[in-house]
This record gives sequence, C-alpha cells and structure tokens, in this order.
Amino acid sequence: MAGKTLFDKIWDNHVVEQIDNGPAVLYIDRHMVHEVTSPVAFAGLDKRGIRVFRPGKTIATADHNVPTEDQHLPVKDMLSRKQVDTLTRNCEKHGITLYGLNHPYHGIVHVIGPELGLTQPGMTIVCGDSHTATHGAFGSLAFGIGTSEIEMVLATQCILQPKPGKMRIAVEGQPKKGVTAKDIILYIISKISASGGTGYFIEYTGTAIRDLSMEGRMTVCNMSIECGSRGGLIAPDDFTFNYLKGREFAPKGEAWSKALEFWKSLKTDADAIFDRELEFDAGDIEPMITYGTNPGMGIKITEKIPDGSKLKEEEKTSFFKSLDYMGIEAGSGMLGRPVDYVFVGSCTNGRIEDLREFTHFVKGRKKAENVVAWIVPGSKQVEKQAIAEGLVNTLEKSGFRLRQPGCSACLAMNDDKIPEGKYAVSTSNRNFEGRQGPGARTFLASPLTAAAAAITGRITDPREIA
Amino acid sequence: MKFDTSAVRQVKKINQLKNNNMPIEKFKTIESTCVPLKIDNVDTDQIIPARFLKATSREGFGDNLFRDWRFDRNDNPRKDFVLNNKKFSGSVLVAGKNFGSGSSREHASWAVYDYGFRVVVSSFFADIFKNNALNNGLLPVQVSESFLSRLFEEIFQNPEKKVKVDLEKQRITLLSTGENEGFEINGYKKTCLINGYDDIDYLLSIKNKIEKFEATLLSELSE
Repeated sequence: MAGKTLFDKIWDNHVVEQIDNGPAVLYIDRHMVHEVTSPVAFAGLDKRGIRVFRPGKTIATADHNVPTEDQHLPVKDMLSRKQVDTLTRNCEKHGITLYGLNHPYHGIVHVIGPELGLTQPGMTIVCGDSHTATHGAFGSLAFGIGTSEIEMVLATQCILQPKPGKMRIAVEGQPKKGVTAKDIILYIISKISASGGTGYFIEYTGTAIRDLSMEGRMTVCNMSIECGSRGGLIAPDDFTFNYLKGREFAPKGEAWSKALEFWKSLKTDADAIFDRELEFDAGDIEPMITYGTNPGMGIKITEKIPDGSKLKEEEKTSFFKSLDYMGIEAGSGMLGRPVDYVFVGSCTNGRIEDLREFTHFVKGRKKAENVVAWIVPGSKQVEKQAIAEGLVNTLEKSGFRLRQPGCSACLAMNDDKIPEGKYAVSTSNRNFEGRQGPGARTFLASPLTAAAAAITGRITDPREIA
Repeated sequence: MKFDTSAVRQVKKINQLKNNNMPIEKFKTIESTCVPLKIDNVDTDQIIPARFLKATSREGFGDNLFRDWRFDRNDNPRKDFVLNNKKFSGSVLVAGKNFGSGSSREHASWAVYDYGFRVVVSSFFADIFKNNALNNGLLPVQVSESFLSRLFEEIFQNPEKKVKVDLEKQRITLLSTGENEGFEINGYKKTCLINGYDDIDYLLSIKNKIEKFEATLLSELSE
C-alpha cells in the first residue's frame, strides 16, 4: 500500500465517521469567526434553541468591516456597528473569546491566529473566510467555510466535507533578487489559472518554498484559494517550530516537547501518491503583476499582456470584458502605467515582514505626489512592532502614514474604497471587478512592487530602483 | 457508515416542534425556462458585492444579486445585462465555467436563491460555492462544456425553451430537443435535498459519537 500524504494524515486523524457515498464528518480543532459571516450562524443556533458545543475551540475578532482610523471612537457606519455589536453580544452569550477593536490582540483573523500561536501543525482549522488557507503554512489543514458550516462547527465542532483530491506543487531552485513569496504564488496562479486547483488541496514543496520565512509561507498558502483550491499546506520544520515557540497559546514546558515530537512526524511519506503533481523552476519567476479581473490574469512585470489570439472562442468574451473593465489594451505592457492608489495590507501581505520590505524600499525616498497610499497593519501586534522597530518613523519621513488594523481596502467593506476608475497597486489577494470599491481597478503585486509604484507614481520594476 | 435518516428525522422534528424552525424546502423536479449568463469565472464578489454583506440576517439578498452588473452607479438598470432583459426568466440560471469562485460568502448562494433561482447550471463550479449552494437548497448542476454550449445556443435562439432538472434521476434535459445529460451529486446530499434535511440535523443526531471521538483524539495527541 502506498504511503500517506501529509494531508491524508491530518484528514484521517479527524474523521469521526465516513458516510457511504457522501462526505466525512470532520472534527475541527480550531474555529475562528468574524463579524460578517457569523451572525446568521449564531441566529441559527438560537432558532434551534441550542448553545455553542465547545466555546473554548472558537475565537473571534472584528476585522472585515471595521474602520482603519479613529478606532477608539464608536464605529460610524450604523450597519457595520450593528455587525460588530452583534458579534460582541454573541461571543458574550456563548463564552467565546473575542479580540475586538482596541484589544491588544485585535487584527485580521488570519494574522492574529498565527501570531498568538493558536495556529499549530496537525490541526484542522476553519473560518468563514476563504483565506483561512493561510494557516496551512504551519502544516495544518485549514480552509474557508460558508455560514451553514459555521453553524455546524458552533453546534457540534464538526463539519461535513467531501474529501478533496491531492495536488503537489514543487518550486525548486533559487528565486532571483527582487522576487518575493507573493511573486511565487502569483506566478503559480498565472500558470494554472484561477480554477486550476479547484477540487484539490495543495501541498507546496521544494527548495524555494522551504527557504521562505513563515510570513512568506503564509502569503503563499493564503492565495491557494485564488487558483480554486480549498487550501494549501507546507510541512512543518524548524522555521515553523522556532516561530511558534514562546507564543501566547503555543504549548509550554513538557507539553511543548510532546507537541514537537508529534509535529516532527507530520510529513508526506516518500511513496505517497498525489492526484496531480506540478513543478516550477524558481529561477523563471520575476516580479509579478496582474492586469485583469481574476488572480490568474498575471504576468511578469516586464512582459506584455496577452493579445488574446491564443484563446478559444468562448474564452474571448470574458477576456475582453475584463480588459475593458480595466481600461487596458490587449498586447500592451504594464511598466510605466500611472498609478493612483497603493494599498499595502490584508491577510496576504499585512505582516511585519511586509511592512519591513516596503519601508526599507521607500527609506530615504519620497512618496509620489499623485499617489494616495494606504498602509494598513494586519494586527495591533504588527502595528506595535512597526512602531518599536522605527518603521513608522521612517515611513512618515517618506510621506507615508500607518493606519489601524483591519481588512480595509482588500474588500472595501469599510470606508477604504478605491474610487471608480482609479488604478491601485495592491498587495491584497483579489482583483475582481469592484473588489476594492465600485469601479476600482486593481493590479495585484508584492510589497516591493507596491513600494516602487508608490515612489514613482507608475508601475515600476522594483529591481530598477534598488 | 450508512446515512441514518431516521435519527435525522427525529432531530429535525424536535427542532421544529421546539422553535417553529422553518424547514428547508424540499427539492422537487423542475421544468423551467432559463436565464443565460454567458460569462466565465463569475466570482462571488460579482454575485453579491462586499458592501451588501452588512446584514445580520439571510433574507433579501436577491435585490442586490449581480448588483454592479445589473445597475449603474445611479441605480438605474443596465439594459445590456441579462437579468434586465424581459425575454429571459425562470428558476434556472445557466452560467459560464468556474461559477462562484473567490470569497466563501454564503450570501452569494442566498442571493441567487432569494432572487428565485433553484438551479445553477455550469460546466464548472468553485468548491465552496458548490457546498454553500447545496446547504441552501440551491442545486448546482455541472454539465459538459458541449452540453453547456448547446444550452446557450438554444436559449438565445428561443428564450421560451425549457429544461427539466430531475434530481432523483440526476439528469438535465432540454425539453424541446430531448438532448440530455446526467450530473453528479453525492448520495448523502441528494437525500438531504429531496427530504429537506440539513447537515446540522444530521450532526446533532450523532453527537454522542462526536463526544466519544473527542476523547480518543485528545488522548492520541497527548500521548
């Protein structure tokens, strides 16, 4: 019999029962909730007259619709405030820990889970948000769920899930200078398309992945959903263990040694079989940027946008509709295009390492006058560290200001909306029509490429400036 | 493990007696005209933009279904969008490949259902959307690319043409020509849709088993 993949091992560990010709009942170790996708799930429990089954296994935060300025004041938008208040009430009622606005641990759910040590190898982790895949960077099985499924977890600590297929993506070799984790994942998605991973769970391997910091690994796993995959994971190693050691909720003392022993066993067997295997050469990757309205529409920043001639007839309508929305001509280049906004933040690139990269790049330079820049930390802890490291000071000298934590312009549920028709270089994860505001046009890129755009006011290859 | 429907029926009954819980509508065979949305990669941000996710209940999202394609910035209907074309109507939405990608927001399924659709036909669905749809009595019917093109051809040629979606037989048929194709759905979900069961009824019915499992899981991990 063939060996098991890491995914199989964690999945099998958590199957309470397998229904014939149906899904598995999967036990969930860690559940995270936020204000936008949870209220209907809590209301569902009330309707059934039941309580949260294991409140200690769920944590909550308000991130999606919160303002990123004046967080000490009541939320101005009445509907947003109602959602935040509803979350607070639901957490109080059911005994769930809430890291709400102004709490020192407040932040984007996928940033605070890892930084608090709540995310650990071998766990099953779910949240009503598709970027839950982020936590896979720790060798956990993490994926986004819908509101009905949130209600299932609240009610029974389990969900019903069909087992996905298994895909391995290896990125081998040494990436070039100026190539970040964001470029690696944008490159992968551009190669396999926005639906190439649908039906699969991905394991990322290879030297270029192993060499990434935990922050970089989180960026890669975070965007697994952008190729359609429910999640992606990376086997834990010393990087993982060193990151976790000493964190608030990481095991301590004897429990740490026991956990470590278990975590070290979490790897794919040499003879395990994947349903699909892909390998990419890290040396071929360059700073990437998207030009269209799904994350698969990305190119190397120096390349030309496809002219559409290679597309099938039925694909052409969607391709040209997309370019029309973006106000971009097929076959043209990206370099030198004017940029109106720069957004640095989100669960993809709102961690301390991202802020460091951006800040080191802009240090000693000035923000371009035509650019509005929104720099949003992923959490209160990231904000605190950015101040402590002097990043905020440096940013201010260059004409930038750090806002307060939240999802912000990534999905523009709060006031941070890119105006209609404006172009934004964004470190977030989605370039869908209207994602960053009605009529907004998004170019996804790394924090380095965002920094280069913020300084020059145009799409610029960061390697040309460094 | 065989799916024990008697236990589910019991939990469902208890819940309904206790709370006047709205039962999930049972899925019956549908014969309907179709609304053709010939666009690939329709993401859930298009189905329901994030700024409409601030509600704390699940009703009423149909008003904002495909909001920015349906209405311009001044809230006037866009004439070129299919939902504003009176020629097309019905409870079956026929869409291009990779429908429902992106955000996990279940609001997308609620919006499609609330607008009046009971079936979405496409040649490819995003995983989370598919799960969410099934959990809300909305049936995703995945067909081949060639069958999908035939559907588009027929509907555009004559919007009065109907399809029949038979969940029991797992078959979709273009009634005017008799062309038909089978579709996949797991047996468990099929039973749930036909009987109006939901997953939570089922999970609650096996709670003892979950508690037993917890004891083994915890001891294994701490060994």
